[in-house]
Amino acid sequence: MLAVDDLQAHYGRAHILHGVSLGVAAGEVACLLGRNGAGKSTTMKAIMRLLPPTGGSVRFEGQDLAGLAPHDVARLGLGYVPEERRIFPELTVAENLEVGRRPPRPGQAPWTAERLYALFPSLGAMKKRPGGRMSGGEQQMLAIARTLMGNPRLLLLDEPSEGLAPVVVDRLAEALLGLKSEGLAILLSEQNPGFAASIADHAWLLETGHIRHHGPMAAVMADAGLRARYLSV
Amino acid sequence: MLDWQGLVVQGLNGLASASSLFLVAAGLTVIFGVSRIVNFAHGSLYMLGAFLAWTLTAHGPFAELGGFLGFWGAILSAALIVAALGALVEMTVLRRLYHAPELFQLLATFALVLIVQDVALLLWGPDDKFGPRAPLLRGATVIFGARFPLYELFLIAVGPVVLGLLWLLLHRSRFGILLRAATHDREMVAALGVDQKLLFTGVFALGAGLAGLGGALQIPREAVTLHMDMAVIVEAFVVVVIGGLGSLGGAALAALIIGELHAFGILVFPRITLVLVFLVMAVVLVLRPQGLLGRGAETAPVAAPAPPLPGSLPPALRWAAIAAVAVLVAVAPFLGDYPLILLADFAVLVLFAASLHLIMGPGGMASFGHAAYFGAGAYAAALLFKHLAAPMEVGLIAAPFAAGLVGLLFGWFCVRLSGVYAAMLTLAFAQIAWSVSFQWVEVTGGDNGILGVWPSDWARGRLVFFYLSLALSAAGVVVLRRIIHAPFGLALRAQRDSPLRAEAIGLDGFFLRWIAFAVSAALAGLAGALFAYGKGSVFPSFLGIPRSVDGLLMVLLGGVQTLTGPIVGAIAYAGLQEQLARATDYWRLVLGLVILALVLFFPRGLAGAFARRAA
Repeated sequence: MLAVDDLQAHYGRAHILHGVSLGVAAGEVACLLGRNGAGKSTTMKAIMRLLPPTGGSVRFEGQDLAGLAPHDVARLGLGYVPEERRIFPELTVAENLEVGRRPPRPGQAPWTAERLYALFPSLGAMKKRPGGRMSGGEQQMLAIARTLMGNPRLLLLDEPSEGLAPVVVDRLAEALLGLKSEGLAILLSEQNPGFAASIADHAWLLETGHIRHHGPMAAVMADAGLRARYLSV
Repeated sequence: MLDWQGLVVQGLNGLASASSLFLVAAGLTVIFGVSRIVNFAHGSLYMLGAFLAWTLTAHGPFAELGGFLGFWGAILSAALIVAALGALVEMTVLRRLYHAPELFQLLATFALVLIVQDVALLLWGPDDKFGPRAPLLRGATVIFGARFPLYELFLIAVGPVVLGLLWLLLHRSRFGILLRAATHDREMVAALGVDQKLLFTGVFALGAGLAGLGGALQIPREAVTLHMDMAVIVEAFVVVVIGGLGSLGGAALAALIIGELHAFGILVFPRITLVLVFLVMAVVLVLRPQGLLGRGAETAPVAAPAPPLPGSLPPALRWAAIAAVAVLVAVAPFLGDYPLILLADFAVLVLFAASLHLIMGPGGMASFGHAAYFGAGAYAAALLFKHLAAPMEVGLIAAPFAAGLVGLLFGWFCVRLSGVYAAMLTLAFAQIAWSVSFQWVEVTGGDNGILGVWPSDWARGRLVFFYLSLALSAAGVVVLRRIIHAPFGLALRAQRDSPLRAEAIGLDGFFLRWIAFAVSAALAGLAGALFAYGKGSVFPSFLGIPRSVDGLLMVLLGGVQTLTGPIVGAIAYAGLQEQLARATDYWRLVLGLVILALVLFFPRGLAGAFARRAA
């Protein structure tokens, strides 16, 4: 579904991604694991073309994304939830969802605000609250819900569990498993494999812009040496 | 003194002008909110709205229709045509500049101002136009025993109605919700699949339409003139800045304040009416830098890192500069009076632009009011001459000190702010200085200026005076170059590129900017004094907005990266203006098109373009 090949990216003169290759198949959850600064967020931004890559290719459902604007990428069905969540603080919950709304996709039940309030009940209870006056966990739910309003075929989730209380993380994991069971493909990035372990099928380990390892999530969790080398701080 | 009925009527007058002002300011603030473009051409759109409404009520189908429908059809059509023009300008010009530095966007909208000026002159001629009065709203009503025009009453209602409609648009329509989202985070809106191009074109059409409507609604109450654009843009900027950039409620509140200030200021402080508005703006910005309802500190736009300073001029350029000066010195004795006057003017403008460059380039601040210091120097020389009969030598020495002191005073306020707010505060102070020179007739002679400010006998010949101007200008440029390359200049650039890091290594950013501001003012003052002696007189126009704009254009045209920029820019701009003015009546149009072409094709300025070709 998503095929990233030899992706290169720069911030100014700093070379961040040195040939990242990865793939996500329909209906599966893949995880990008790595320490702070490994290039996880940059990979996601480069896929979305928010940071136009300087080399390599990204193909989504067979289509090369080269030369597309970010909004074109989103319209093809790539839904992006940034690490900082980037909720519109002066817009209400309902208005934030409206910004994300896109036409339904054939063969896919369209997301509506009502369906999302059912998935994230806490959002349903605060439809009129400005995004700026929500807790971190609520903002994360809203960021995911807002992106789902675009009826994506693949969700790019950048460090969704960061800074959230454990009980909120559990609720988030539950919601994501629900999405997975409906057949939504997800590429997730995490520093801490604990959260991802319950959701992801397989993982890529990223270090300083290079992919160092790829394997089933369970195998990564079982290999303490691997985790010590690429994840522990 | 007025009775209370008079006060009520005066208050209503204030409301009527507040309403018109709000229409223009609302468009300006909505455009800024989404696109981050400060649209100087907004006043031009207002003027076009007025001219178009005048034409449509006088000719064509609406004029034939006549009556109520004819009049309002013409007004609304004028607004719609201006909206379409706004969309066209966005699609053809501004869209290419969203990633360009802020100052280039300004330059492009300045160019549009020049172009619209001459297009209006071409289409409508220089005479003032008087529109028809509005059907059904011709008469007056009696309010507390005083007569009050119905049309003004109608205008009072227009403001709140438009505010309400805009609120509905922004909160109840998908387009409006997207606009508000984009005001906060454009990139995220794009990542959610929204094509920003449509959004930007839409917001420009909306803002332009509001300006056009504001202009069109003026035709029953005032003459349509070619000066409407500048008059209204300055007021609208004041309103938007006082209210807080991007805040619609703020614009409404500030329009109300400014409208009433005009109405009552004339009763209470007749002597300082022109200053009053700018005083209020200065006070607001000093106390609440983000404006009354503005949203806290703007996140500074990420500026592209400036290339390192060249250690010394490339030899070719250095020799070219020396050769140019040598040729000027050698050729001057063979020139007539007119070329010598022109060359002396060029020397003055080079110094003026180079002084402005110190704060805009290394300082990283924009000044929209640099003429204040040019004028301060000129007036210092002229007043010394008038009251103490001081000779030119004294005047030339005192002028930089006087202008430097004014710079210290104004700069202390201005350098605390950043970006557009700082630029607007410099404009406010310049307008205050201009108003003083214009309204304090006893001392400054007001509009009549101060005459007979001639050089000393030895320098009275055109040739000697040119040599003097060239020498002082060159000396000023050398001083500026040394300052930029001295540790002070490096520290100044450091605080521009990374305020936090500069602070962390112990650099006092405020102090550095303040001193740079004062030095820049002092050298502008020297240029002003030279200019005064060259012309033999001083007028309030020396401190006017057009002169500040000239300075800005010279620096931007040349490029802010190096000191060569403003020098090349000053000569190119002044030379072009001079040549064009002699060749055609429509020099503004040509100049505007040239500037537009430069902005679109040479985004680093003239000097930058040459440097790249050389490299």
